[in-house]
Amino acid sequence: MADEPLVLGIETSCDETGVGIVRGTALLADAVASSVDEHARFGGVVPEVASRAHLEAMVPTIERALKEAGVTARDLDGIAVTAGPGLAGALLVGVSAAKAYAYALGKPLYGVNHLASHICVDQLEHGPLPEPTMALLVSGGHSSLLLAPDITSDVRPLGATIDDAAGEAFDKIARVLQLGFPGGPVIDRLAKEGDPTAINFPRGLTGSRDPAYDFSFSGLKTAVARWIEAKRNAGEEVPVRDVAASFQEAVVDVLTRKAIRACKDEGVDHLMIGGGVAANSRLRSLAQERCDDAGIILRVPRPKLCTDNGAMVAALGAEMVKRNRPASDWDLSADSSLPVTDPHVPGTSHDHDHEHGHGGHSHSHDHVHELSKDNLYS
Amino acid sequence: MLLLAVDTATPAVTVALHDGESVLAQSHQVDARRHGELLLPSVDRVLAEAGVKLEALTGIVVGVGPGPYTGLRVGLVTASTFASVLGIPVHGLCTLDGLAYAAGTAGIEGPFTVATDARRKEVYWARYEDPRTRVGEPAVDRPADIAEQVAGLPAVGQGARLYPEVFTDARDPEHQSAAALAALAAERLAAGGPFENADGVPPAPLYLRRPDAQVPKNYKVVTPQ
Ligand SMILES: [Zn+2]
Repeated sequence: MADEPLVLGIETSCDETGVGIVRGTALLADAVASSVDEHARFGGVVPEVASRAHLEAMVPTIERALKEAGVTARDLDGIAVTAGPGLAGALLVGVSAAKAYAYALGKPLYGVNHLASHICVDQLEHGPLPEPTMALLVSGGHSSLLLAPDITSDVRPLGATIDDAAGEAFDKIARVLQLGFPGGPVIDRLAKEGDPTAINFPRGLTGSRDPAYDFSFSGLKTAVARWIEAKRNAGEEVPVRDVAASFQEAVVDVLTRKAIRACKDEGVDHLMIGGGVAANSRLRSLAQERCDDAGIILRVPRPKLCTDNGAMVAALGAEMVKRNRPASDWDLSADSSLPVTDPHVPGTSHDHDHEHGHGGHSHSHDHVHELSKDNLYS
Repeated sequence: MLLLAVDTATPAVTVALHDGESVLAQSHQVDARRHGELLLPSVDRVLAEAGVKLEALTGIVVGVGPGPYTGLRVGLVTASTFASVLGIPVHGLCTLDGLAYAAGTAGIEGPFTVATDARRKEVYWARYEDPRTRVGEPAVDRPADIAEQVAGLPAVGQGARLYPEVFTDARDPEHQSAAALAALAAERLAAGGPFENADGVPPAPLYLRRPDAQVPKNYKVVTPQ
């Protein structure tokens, strides 16, 4: 166990400043500072507010994670950081901190993919990922079905939302019902007291000619809003609990149906669900039911590991170290649209014989890539 | 004394190493869109050129702006992270003070103006009595609105070049230099300060503007309130 890689991970792709520390597949620390309260009055994440909060929280959160893990920075075998996708300015704070941290410690740097990290985090809960793993990622920013034969090098997108992310739909419906932001937890809570079959809301992209693995939640959102409007116009009271339950049922029905179908089509007997919406209790229970029926083993991490956090980044970083994947260069970019097919951003300008704990990176790195990402600045 | 100075508050990504008496090495690149990519390789190059290990530093100096936010944060978080790992202090200096100090080295005695590009047709600016003495706090304004206050004064910085109709006597330096920032810090350290941040407190950025917090429009008005 002691020779498993000890890695610190930094996550700043949205509104959570996360720093996690893992040893192999063991979670040692998961420190998170959230700016969600500052965004609540805007009804959504405001990028500049998030970036400012990341800058303030960054160093204290790193120090808190080290303390929580009971390890010293010198013992680390590597520093991992979310290189993308995410909000450009927010990512840049984490990437800059990770570089400075790795450089000052003489440790290798691993810029990793946020989505692959959401999948890899399950190793901290249920041990090494089966290969391949089918993953359903659902949050305010993403809704995707991914097939991962090797989480460090081979992640294949099967489908994704063509309009709103699932979590976005929760936020929007919560706004229509005047329940505040974020919408996921409150809708989950109210839905428990409602009837999921009360209203038959549409299931997007489930027709026989629709793409098998893509999602659409925009039509559902509009249908729910119209239904509420009709009630209000008729002077009737809106049955908030039934609306919440029926809306939620429409979302999780489609998500689980398509995920199970993907598992069957691809012959994969493990389904992993991650992302903030994976904290939804109905999604978890319906997925369990349908996986049991189909003979598929379901893996869903505890809610705190499903939302954005640094531990998931550390988990993928540790896997990169374990499998000897090349480290990233010092000119690593924050890439707001990093493709899901890039689990990490390997360096190219120097050899990568990073031995653990050596004081490397003292040789010159004056080769500068023309990999400018214009979207970093407005 | 061995100081590493960085400043990313302006289009320049600038790094310098200073031993309290002179600059040992420096790096200077002007690229407004690539602060994140350029800064760490620059630090690495400067240390290698001087043959100095990071562990030998006694302090970090950082320009705290004012500057457009995204780039500004790169220098600040890098400085704070270095300081945390190395257990050394970080000294924040106003970026405009660095430019003013460099103006002095270039032969300007004062009074004069420092102006940098704040984008959106505005400048970050301050007036200086002499290269070490700022008059008041830095501000962000449209050049036309401050024309009277800067009339007849020499002006340094890219902001002055951009608006010649207001800054009629634009002079060098055009860009921020970490070497000047480091020299100013060394001087202030010898004199016991002051810096933009108190000892032990991480320097805060000078944004001078509120975040562009667009309150999302109400959900398509399908629901009467
Ligand atoms: Zn996420």
